[in-house]
Amino acid sequence: MKQRFDMGSLLATYGVVLTLFAVILFGYLRYDNFLGAFNILSVLRYNSMFALVSLGMCFVIMTGGIDLSVGSVAALASVCAAYASPYGLVPGLAAGLIAGLLVGTLNGLIVTQLRIMPFITTLATMLAASGTALLLAQNQSVSVSYDTAFTVLGQGNIFGFPVPALIAVIAYILGSIVLNLTSTGRSVLAVGGNEDAARMMGLPVQRITFLVYLASGGCAGLAGVILAAQFGAGQPIEGIGWELFAIASVVVGGTLLTGGAGSVGTTLAGVLLLGVLFTILNFENGKGWISLSAYWQSVIRGLFLLAVVLLQARLTNRVGKGDTAQETE
Amino acid sequence: MTSSQFLSRYGTAIALLVLIAFNLAVTPNFATLQTLNVNLTQVCTIVIVAVGMTMVIATGGIDLSVGSLMAISGAIAPMIFMGKLMEIGSIYAAVALAILVAILVATILGAFNGWLIARYRIQPIVATLVLFIAGRGIAQVMTNGNLQVFKVPEFQVIGLGRVFGLPVQVILMGLIVALAAWVLRRTTFGRQVLAIGGNERAARLSGIATTPIKIAVYAISGALAGVAGLIVIAINSASDANLVGMGMELDAIAAVAVGGTLLSGGRATIIGTLLGALTIQLVRYTLLANGVPDAAALVVKAAIIIAAVWLQERGNAA
Amino acid sequence: MPSSLLSMRSITKTFSGIAALSGASLEVAHGEVHALIGQNGAGKSTLIKVLTGYHSKTSGEVNFEDRPFEVNAPRAAQDAGISTIYQEINLVPQRSVTENICLGRELRRYGLLDWPAMRTEAQRLLSKFNLNLDVDLPLSQFSTATQQMVAIARAVGFSARLVIMDEPTSSLDDREAQVLFSVIRGLKDNGVSVLFVSHRLDELYQVCDRVTIMRDGQTVRVANIAEITKLELVSTMLGRDVARAAGKTTGFGVAAKAPGAMVLEANDLSDGRLARRIDFSVASGEIVGLAGLLGAGRSETARLAFGDTVAKTGTMRLATKPFAPRQPIDAIKAGIGFCTEDRKIEGIIPDMSVADNMMLALRPVLGRSGIVDEGRSRKIATQFIRQLGIKCTGPDQKIRELSGGNQQKVLLARWLAMSPKLLILDEPTRGIDVGAKDEIQKLIRSLADQGLAVLMISSELEEVVEGANRVFVLREGLTVVEIGHSELTEDAVLAAMADGGQL
Repeated sequence: MKQRFDMGSLLATYGVVLTLFAVILFGYLRYDNFLGAFNILSVLRYNSMFALVSLGMCFVIMTGGIDLSVGSVAALASVCAAYASPYGLVPGLAAGLIAGLLVGTLNGLIVTQLRIMPFITTLATMLAASGTALLLAQNQSVSVSYDTAFTVLGQGNIFGFPVPALIAVIAYILGSIVLNLTSTGRSVLAVGGNEDAARMMGLPVQRITFLVYLASGGCAGLAGVILAAQFGAGQPIEGIGWELFAIASVVVGGTLLTGGAGSVGTTLAGVLLLGVLFTILNFENGKGWISLSAYWQSVIRGLFLLAVVLLQARLTNRVGKGDTAQETE
Repeated sequence: MTSSQFLSRYGTAIALLVLIAFNLAVTPNFATLQTLNVNLTQVCTIVIVAVGMTMVIATGGIDLSVGSLMAISGAIAPMIFMGKLMEIGSIYAAVALAILVAILVATILGAFNGWLIARYRIQPIVATLVLFIAGRGIAQVMTNGNLQVFKVPEFQVIGLGRVFGLPVQVILMGLIVALAAWVLRRTTFGRQVLAIGGNERAARLSGIATTPIKIAVYAISGALAGVAGLIVIAINSASDANLVGMGMELDAIAAVAVGGTLLSGGRATIIGTLLGALTIQLVRYTLLANGVPDAAALVVKAAIIIAAVWLQERGNAA
Repeated sequence: MPSSLLSMRSITKTFSGIAALSGASLEVAHGEVHALIGQNGAGKSTLIKVLTGYHSKTSGEVNFEDRPFEVNAPRAAQDAGISTIYQEINLVPQRSVTENICLGRELRRYGLLDWPAMRTEAQRLLSKFNLNLDVDLPLSQFSTATQQMVAIARAVGFSARLVIMDEPTSSLDDREAQVLFSVIRGLKDNGVSVLFVSHRLDELYQVCDRVTIMRDGQTVRVANIAEITKLELVSTMLGRDVARAAGKTTGFGVAAKAPGAMVLEANDLSDGRLARRIDFSVASGEIVGLAGLLGAGRSETARLAFGDTVAKTGTMRLATKPFAPRQPIDAIKAGIGFCTEDRKIEGIIPDMSVADNMMLALRPVLGRSGIVDEGRSRKIATQFIRQLGIKCTGPDQKIRELSGGNQQKVLLARWLAMSPKLLILDEPTRGIDVGAKDEIQKLIRSLADQGLAVLMISSELEEVVEGANRVFVLREGLTVVEIGHSELTEDAVLAAMADGGQL
């Protein structure tokens, strides 16, 4: 029965990594400077926000939940960070992070205490966060202070490596450790796999559920800080649709929306894959043979998501059949 | 009936009545046809989309693509009646064709959602996410992201016309709500939709053809999104693929949730959805009319959604 | 007399004013296997949930290891030495065996999880039950019985003093149940007490020392199992003397008429998986039993006949015409109804009314215009409610509010409303209390007497032996033998199930 744990599931897990490499290879062979330092670093810099948001989303989805509020939380955090930026890097960072954690706390409390479905809860907090961001910013973007070191968080480099990408990488390493090497991480998967069973096993289901929303809020808050630092302003209307792109990245990364299984590393691959596709489009336009407007990027991303989910559906259907066959033993 | 069951069933209606009473007392010039028309006009596209969403949710699904389908429908129609695609002699024929093709395309795309969900068992959130992302892109690519401005009264009657003092789109909304409520309550199709949402395996084993019904439900949702897209561009005298239907999926879901439809499927109310949308709209109007900024209205809207769903869940548990 | 390990006295529990337990008691001695039985609704589950901290008791006294015992969460009960294995296996199918055994008491090194140590621990615990599994595989890759063993290994790993097993055998076949029993004896030898809940009375005599019988939220009798007969058990549970024909334990009675013409006949049927070569036939007016162990292909046979799965090979004939259903609707149109094994998952639409649930299959046939005829629906529903004796407030009551037995009757009515020629029943009385079981068995017989062909799958031997006119015994996907009415005894069926015994 071991051979059923076969190519199919391997492909489901690592397919996204392979595809990412294939796409990068394609770009490398086709375009000059595709793997140039500038290009790589700007892809990383630009996608670090999405990577952070997707990391939080990944944890939420592994519990079988969803967090629609991440985009507007990032917007809210960017406004808070921008207001705090004149006081320095740390206050700016803290303001954004705290804003994110607060909304995360709210999400966690509503989901665990009022027992309202995550979809609805985070839909509501998404509106609330967005409203609060607009109120705070008085409907316009809030400039950040260039007098302090705050903008380093979005624009700076350490040893030539973009700071926001560094933040994202650290977050992913931490996320991976938590998921694989702590009981909290395993409990996240158990809760998503079978919440009742997790409760009967004596796992702290409420606390775990609360924690993933808190973490997602925190990640979105960090993303908001980077947003403000990168573009020099707190942006109350940014972040629209981020939540759905984050979900798409997580799905492309092979994490099942039903919960119970997932991986931090492949989520990052999912984010990068969707990001690199956009870069490919730019390079293709640069060659001048075709002229695809930027609008094509969402069409291509959509098609890509379609391909992934169709592939996943085929694989899981096959695995599903294998499961019933086991009764013969 | 316990008080929590009572609140769960009639809470939305009561909230609506309280809001109206409050406005009658506080807001100047509230009791006018003008106010009624303003509110109904603003809410009507949400209601139309939310009706389709209610049916989708009744099967236990969700449709995130409605906003993008509105954009597609809104992009196609002007291209046809402005003669960008082909010359059509009579403006009436052109408008009729434009409306027909726009809604047809939205319906087909909706059916495509349903096909992914029913045939490949892809989760509705993910399956409709595909068109949420790609759909707006398609609309933008079709129009190259440009604003299509037009002045075609023959078409814009659906957004600007009036019959007996009532805006045409409000009448349209009324018809759609009435028809959908009847279908859900009184037809075999309606019962089967609810049966699938209540227990899909059991429905299939009882001989219900789940695949065609699911496809039909998503097609209906697509078609209604198409209609809503047309109304929006008719009101604006312009179609902007970047903006038409933006965020509509969440507005519609909010209306459905506040209206008392069970988000896990199996229980749905079209009238509830209408009341839900009206409540959300009236809250916003009340706040605006009394000088509260629109942003604050968002926060209040969030609180209402949570409160409404919480009351319903308590009613269920009791 | 040595003091008890667990002693629960005068426990009461009310849910919004309604008493689920009123003065229940339970004593479990050290190293004892203790049975807890009672009809559905007698309060067994509530009592267990009070003990494990899932519910808090309204009043009463609980002592565990001679100390007052009060917990408010399953976790606390687990820490105190009480582990519970529930009927539906409560593990996480997507996760590995190691995780399922070790979650909640992880082994750590430098503050992080020590995977190698946890793997070893999982293997060590499983080896106690002679199981050698790849502990890295997801639990879902193993059979139900193995999953059950993993659950027990988990319980033992928590150094439980008391292991509660709530209907642990309901998803096991006999062979697997025997393995479980030897595990239980092993626990007992190690001084661990077991509280054993089961509807299968035979099993109690195999493993239990004493039995506590509950009825209407109270403990009505405690006895040594050796000193109480099966009939006494049943009558105490029901609270009345059961008068039956000698030796009969089911409500089927005797067939009134001889079978008529053949309705469905299958040859060499296979689904390419569990069912490999199935033959059976069923005539109008007879009840045909399908017997076999779990995994023998009984439910799969039913699904093939109903078109829920499509036959890879083989043929079926309905009356005299070839019959090859590709989906349930084909079979329904041909006059076949199918009551599935799992009412909750595949039968009822919980949020719909009794009437809507009954009319589900009939409605498309009835209203050709596609418009619901409410009046006619209610009339038909009311008629069946009376005819089948369904206890409900009326056709508009939600089906989820009904008891298991009454839900089953509604599902029977769903098919009877179609006036079918053949009814396939998969475990028609599973999870239904003794009284309602009897009624449903009578009903099945009377339907057959009215000319209906019935294909009945049952894991309860007496149901098959006493109910069926003929029995087909399946073993590992093959029909091994057909047993006619004259040779139909428990021994014959058992022999065939066990080793395909040729008669």
